[in-house]
Amino acid sequence: MDFMVFQYPMISVQACLDGVLLGILFALIAYGMALQWGVMNIINIAQGDLVILGGYIAYFMYLYGIHPAWGVIVAPIIMFFVGIAIYKLVINKVVDRDLFISILATFGISILFMQLMNFAFGADVVLANSDYGTTMLFNNNVVLPNSKIFSAFISILFAICLVIYMKKSKLGRAIRATAQNARAAKILGVDTEKVYAATFGINAALCGVAGALISITFTIHPYMGLPYTIRSFMIVIVAGLGNLPGVAMSGMGLGVFEEFADYILGTEFRIGSVFLLLVLILVYRRFKLSKKREYLK
Amino acid sequence: MRLNKIILSFVSALVILFSTSVASFAKVVGDKIILGAAISLTGKYSSNGVHTQNGYNMAVDRINSMGGVKVGGKTYKFDIIYYDDESNPKRAAQLAERLISQDGVEFMLGPYSSGLTKAIAPVTEKYGVPMVEANGASRSLFTKGYKYLFAVLAPANLYLDVAIDLAVEKNNGKGVTVAMAFEQDAFSQDVRLGVLDAIKRTGSKKVIDDKLPKELNDMAATLVKVKQMKPDVLVVSGHTKGALTAIRQISEMKVDIPMLAMTHCDAAKLSKQHGKNSQYALCASQWHKTLTYKDDFFKDGITYDADFTKEFGYAPPYQAAESSAALLVFKDAFERADSFDQKKVRDALAATNMQTFYGNIKFAEGGQNVDKPMVLFQVMCDGDNCENKVVAPTKWASAELIHPIPSWSKR
Repeated sequence: MDFMVFQYPMISVQACLDGVLLGILFALIAYGMALQWGVMNIINIAQGDLVILGGYIAYFMYLYGIHPAWGVIVAPIIMFFVGIAIYKLVINKVVDRDLFISILATFGISILFMQLMNFAFGADVVLANSDYGTTMLFNNNVVLPNSKIFSAFISILFAICLVIYMKKSKLGRAIRATAQNARAAKILGVDTEKVYAATFGINAALCGVAGALISITFTIHPYMGLPYTIRSFMIVIVAGLGNLPGVAMSGMGLGVFEEFADYILGTEFRIGSVFLLLVLILVYRRFKLSKKREYLK
Repeated sequence: MRLNKIILSFVSALVILFSTSVASFAKVVGDKIILGAAISLTGKYSSNGVHTQNGYNMAVDRINSMGGVKVGGKTYKFDIIYYDDESNPKRAAQLAERLISQDGVEFMLGPYSSGLTKAIAPVTEKYGVPMVEANGASRSLFTKGYKYLFAVLAPANLYLDVAIDLAVEKNNGKGVTVAMAFEQDAFSQDVRLGVLDAIKRTGSKKVIDDKLPKELNDMAATLVKVKQMKPDVLVVSGHTKGALTAIRQISEMKVDIPMLAMTHCDAAKLSKQHGKNSQYALCASQWHKTLTYKDDFFKDGITYDADFTKEFGYAPPYQAAESSAALLVFKDAFERADSFDQKKVRDALAATNMQTFYGNIKFAEGGQNVDKPMVLFQVMCDGDNCENKVVAPTKWASAELIHPIPSWSKR
């Protein structure tokens, strides 16, 4: 245990800001997962691998001399069609089956994607340099890489656009109707097949944006997808489906929690503490639910 | 009907007999000495797996074209059976079994990485198959009492202790403060043990000791602590991910440290991926082309570098160089043993004392090479053009160490 984070107040500020910026990025990935889970009842284990694929699109743009920030526009477009293709080839065959089958199917897609990326792009760890510089705050005591600020800003921008799109557009309304009751939506003339394909495409596009941002902020590697899947799963479990403010809060909360766990318990317990938190929240929820049940009785 | 059955049984028996007899003579077929190797051609180690394979192939071609191996007055040529271990230790152990018991291989070359070598070593040991490996540096490989394992490279605990010595030397022999960030895998933890020994030996003090997770891609927390504690040296070891993440975040967070020492800079193509931001980083390396070791096959490091680049289209990382050296060791041992008897070859390997373009090779009791020190190079840039220059040990230094690293505000 190390309580340095409390001895120096500036470290606490640094940890909070780092955590919030990181959490916003996680929340974007988690929002895609929540959307798809809510509409199609599919938990996508390949979520993190779609993120990494998006990262490679930005990386290759960088290699060919295009600034990787353009990746946040190009990657979602390409990834949208990748998402549609995955839906047409695999997901539409499992969408009405139970959750276990879809988990198995997306697990298979995840392994396939990892191997294909490894085969196509090689096993080297790569990154795209944005050269965005650094922002110094509080008399240079708090340092924020501009790439992290850029990532958070773009994530918020995409989240807002998506919320407006879901509220105002015809497809958005159809998606929400299908999420509420697929059968009723079908009876009322919604083409659920098209809605499912679009939902999967939108999720993949969000992963594409997040991937491009991760290649600018961190590093990418064909086998690095799983931690992103786990984090978004955790965020969705805490926030619940179809609850965007909840996803955003839960994402940022998780980011800050991870940073503090890193300082206090040590970096080696960072991911472990996320799991511990997940267990604690589930136990607490169960406890709260059982109290409610007693009261109803 | 019954006759058919008898014929079938007879033919099957013949096939089995034939296949086993082929296996038992497979070590040397005609004029060929067949070696076996399970290599990571796919999976997460595939880049370094390919470097290893290219290193082996380069040496096989060179030795064969320069007269081969002379045993019992006859000349033999090397050949290698490769299998892809998919970067998976279980698969590697299965393939080692297959190479030995089905393909009849009696001499093995090592795989890539300490983890996979650890998986294969018990198998080769069980069958008494001598294995010369070039890419497993973990100290735990050499403390198990293996008799048939020989490693041409220096063990992991020697990777970064040179850096601590160097920092102490620059501090007029007084102890320094050290911040450490090591991934939680066998190799990096061995590097850590070596650094701890050096800290103790030099009267230095460790101020940060972070263990990085395997899925590491953010070490901002460690770097914030470094900014606060202002240590004299920061040592980082977390494979290519660790090297790339450290440089990215140190440059973004403008962390000023007098000395930064790392592993895996070569494999991470640090100067290519980070350009000027990687300047002044010290990197531990098993080999560098400017070292002055010599042999009859590859001449010296510079020639090896040129020949390898011509053949494979990229400059050889040290993983390729040490793999080539493994074949030179086998050739030397076969010729001294003057036999293909595994026991005799094993004894000849244990008595190895030679120089190759890669370095001197002499094995200790545990199988590790004790005659080849690690080198430290520093990334030095002239404009956008960055180069790795050896700065320690002084015997091979091609440039003077730049110390302390200039602060970010002055760069």
